[in-house]
Amino acid sequence: MTYIRSQFRHPGLPKNDLGYTTKEYEGAISTLCAGCGHDSISGSIIQACFEMSIAPHRIAKLSGIGCSSKTPTYFLGHSHGFNSVHGRMPSVATGANMANRDLLYMGVSGDGDSASIGMGQFVHVIRRNLNMVYIVMNNGCYGLTKGQDSATADAGSKSKKGVANPFQPIDMAGLALELGASFVAQSFSGDKEQLIPLIKAAIDHPGFAFINVISPCVTFNNNPGSTKSYDYVREHVEATATVDFVPLKKEITTSYQKGTGTDIKMHDGSYIHLEKLADDLDPYDRLSAMNALQNARNKNEILTGLLYINPESTDLHHTIQTSDRPLNTLGQEELCPGSGVLEGINGELR
Amino acid sequence: MKPTDDKNPEYFHKVVDCQYACPAHTPVPEYIRLIAEGKYTEAYMINWESNVFPGILGRTCDRPCEPACRRGRVEEEPVAICRLKRVAADNKEDVKQFMPKAPFEKNGKRIALIGGGPASLTVARDLAPLGYEIHLYDEQDAGGGMMRSQIPSFRLPIDVLNEEVDYILDLGIHTQFKTYVSSLQEILDMGYDAVFVGTGAPRGRDLIIPGRKEADRNIHIGVDWLASVAFEHTHKIGKKVIVLGGGNTAMDCCRTSRRLGGEQVKVVVRSPYAEMKASPWEKEDALHEDIQILDNHVPKIFVVEDGKLKGMTFEKVHAVFNEKGKRSLVPTGEPEVFIEADDVLVAIGLENTFPWVEKSTGVEFGEWGMPVVDAVTFQSTNKSVFFGGDSAFGPKNVITAVAHGHQAAISINLYLKEKSLTERPSPFVNLVSQKMGIHEWSYDSEVENDLRYAVPHAAKTVTLKDRKMEVELGFDLQTALKEARRCLNCDVQTVFVKDRCIECDACMDICPTSCITFTANGEEEDLRTRLKAPSLNLSQDLYVSDTLPTSRVMVKDEDVCLHCGLCAERCPTSAWDMQQFLYKVTKAC
Repeated sequence: MTYIRSQFRHPGLPKNDLGYTTKEYEGAISTLCAGCGHDSISGSIIQACFEMSIAPHRIAKLSGIGCSSKTPTYFLGHSHGFNSVHGRMPSVATGANMANRDLLYMGVSGDGDSASIGMGQFVHVIRRNLNMVYIVMNNGCYGLTKGQDSATADAGSKSKKGVANPFQPIDMAGLALELGASFVAQSFSGDKEQLIPLIKAAIDHPGFAFINVISPCVTFNNNPGSTKSYDYVREHVEATATVDFVPLKKEITTSYQKGTGTDIKMHDGSYIHLEKLADDLDPYDRLSAMNALQNARNKNEILTGLLYINPESTDLHHTIQTSDRPLNTLGQEELCPGSGVLEGINGELR
Repeated sequence: MKPTDDKNPEYFHKVVDCQYACPAHTPVPEYIRLIAEGKYTEAYMINWESNVFPGILGRTCDRPCEPACRRGRVEEEPVAICRLKRVAADNKEDVKQFMPKAPFEKNGKRIALIGGGPASLTVARDLAPLGYEIHLYDEQDAGGGMMRSQIPSFRLPIDVLNEEVDYILDLGIHTQFKTYVSSLQEILDMGYDAVFVGTGAPRGRDLIIPGRKEADRNIHIGVDWLASVAFEHTHKIGKKVIVLGGGNTAMDCCRTSRRLGGEQVKVVVRSPYAEMKASPWEKEDALHEDIQILDNHVPKIFVVEDGKLKGMTFEKVHAVFNEKGKRSLVPTGEPEVFIEADDVLVAIGLENTFPWVEKSTGVEFGEWGMPVVDAVTFQSTNKSVFFGGDSAFGPKNVITAVAHGHQAAISINLYLKEKSLTERPSPFVNLVSQKMGIHEWSYDSEVENDLRYAVPHAAKTVTLKDRKMEVELGFDLQTALKEARRCLNCDVQTVFVKDRCIECDACMDICPTSCITFTANGEEEDLRTRLKAPSLNLSQDLYVSDTLPTSRVMVKDEDVCLHCGLCAERCPTSAWDMQQFLYKVTKAC
């Protein structure tokens, strides 16, 4: 019996700008099933945060309940974390973000946690454009309770027992677009080359950044007939473009040939480079993204990559004009400036 | 790259770094596991089969396995393989019952072995049970060769040596001790079917500089002097001793001097300290016994006054390297250094010498006065005469002599059966899954974090008074267990079956040392630049699969794999499995 991961690492591991190796971004050893797509996504989050040289203590991980929501234990072991009530991660994230706008909020949820019990919370956090990364580890089934079809299971997709799902699925990316999310992407756990730059771009995006990641459940939903198995996804995946995230400071050394792709400028000067962008997709145009998604669906394709981005996104703090300083740094003097100030305000209203 | 052919046993053999580096290819992880299980007798027998002298080698081996040990690349120091071998030897029970028992049914063939050292004794052990009548000739009064004459008793107690030499002599070997063979032709004329020469490199090199002749009485050739001490002819030395040379013989000379009355013992060596030939641990032990090591000193003159040695003068140098990396020692220009000495021991190298091999024997000699010997078969230009050990290719070490002995024995056996000598027997190999359950393996897969344990030494005040008192005390059993658990079980191989892989990346994500990458195929040079972690150790192979459905390949850099089994535990389809690989060099049979 092991369940023990050695403390030894490759002696030549590269270090990032903070002098850390990926070891500083790891979490505890995963207790998910061997081969679970969620573990791959954890690996991608680790790699993205490492490559962006984010200090682990500047990140807060938030999750609800489910296999997906267990994963924050398995990455970023030196970061803050809150494992909340089923489907209520968005509320906790909103509260945390309101109290401390300086942290980076990494929300992790599943298809059950977001598309069923947490649907009400999910739609409102999008509407408010809370500044956070929201990753749905979407496996189309309830893995933690032995694999019943979830709300994202495609109609006709067969479960492990061979029964076809009779209901229409909720398209998480389509829903996010419909509700006006300012960053919408879709990816596959087995495609780190695409997923890592998408996570990086999502982290950099100042607003609600949603990534729907198809993540096969090896134990209950990896059978023939399932539309969320490794084989099916690989056969039907269609990327909008190859994605690269180029942070501001790397811009000088990374130069893509002009005219070979589309560069999306981010608010801080970084950019997302899209190579071989599909003809029918304009990632700045919500309508085009919705069309592309619908067209792919009609062709039984799973469209992955960056679907939509609003580079002029303004987040919740801006909308409701909160204090520039995080609330948790304000002392009593700032919060209760005294009766004189109150009288002044009252005077203005008379 | 082409997919790795893991059906070829040589691939996995190379992954077991320690065993691969051992000239005799002793299955190291196998016996270390047995030690951890407390099965010392079994561990001893695995060693005995492979390297013939576990107790001796567990104290004196040059340990080529340890610099090769994978652990040394993962953390600071390798597993103390050599001293674990000694644990097996020290704690074994009756092993004789597991050894072949004389008398054996004779096959009518007679073989002469010249020299009673490790090479000859190995030939004797391998061939006696096959029915050969073996006659062993040696000028000393007991077997063991240089293990008896050159290795001091404080490193190798005489009882240990006698025990392991006797295991072989008890196989019905006809010994002719105190017999110096002065003519190979005479031996051939006695009608032996084959002759094996294992006479070592018996002559110490002399240093001819001014004053050498005049001071002769107090200048001794290191190996001769050590032999003279071992055979109790020499009992004391002057208070001030200079030992010239930087190899292990020099270390034995200086430490022996400290035990025979030497108080100010200095080792003086031409090369820089770091480049001395002596094993690092031998240097440490010498320093511990208050011996000074002066490096970068080139001997100039033996200073003699009134017909008596007073000391030596040396020129100080420093090492300069040219563009090709070749070293030359350049004088620093500082004044010459005078060091007082009552006695000087010269340990600057060994030479082979074959004045007793006549032209009429048909044994031809090549460069450096060495016999022409086939590197695989050990056969000389006289088809019935074989060479091994230091006498074949110059001074090496005991374990190399043993490896030569095994191969020469195979050749002699093939030769006397009139079979081709170049068709060598294949190794015995086996590959068995260790899977017991989802997270259970039949080996101890957990990787310990402990750093290397030091072997305790007896107090200097005691050991310096008694030449025969062993300095190293050996691991106690608890420490031995801890040290044994540091072994990474490199013989438990990570075996990949491409057709089962669903490319879920689980193995890549879990691997603690980032050994595994799934990427597009390419030439090795290019592939190594695209792996998850830097792949700079080119001596370690890449394990490459055939093309997977996504047109990528699995590439595993063997360099720092911990053999922890996590890749196999996290694999949902058992595309990875941990399989124990056993590789045994086939002996004469």
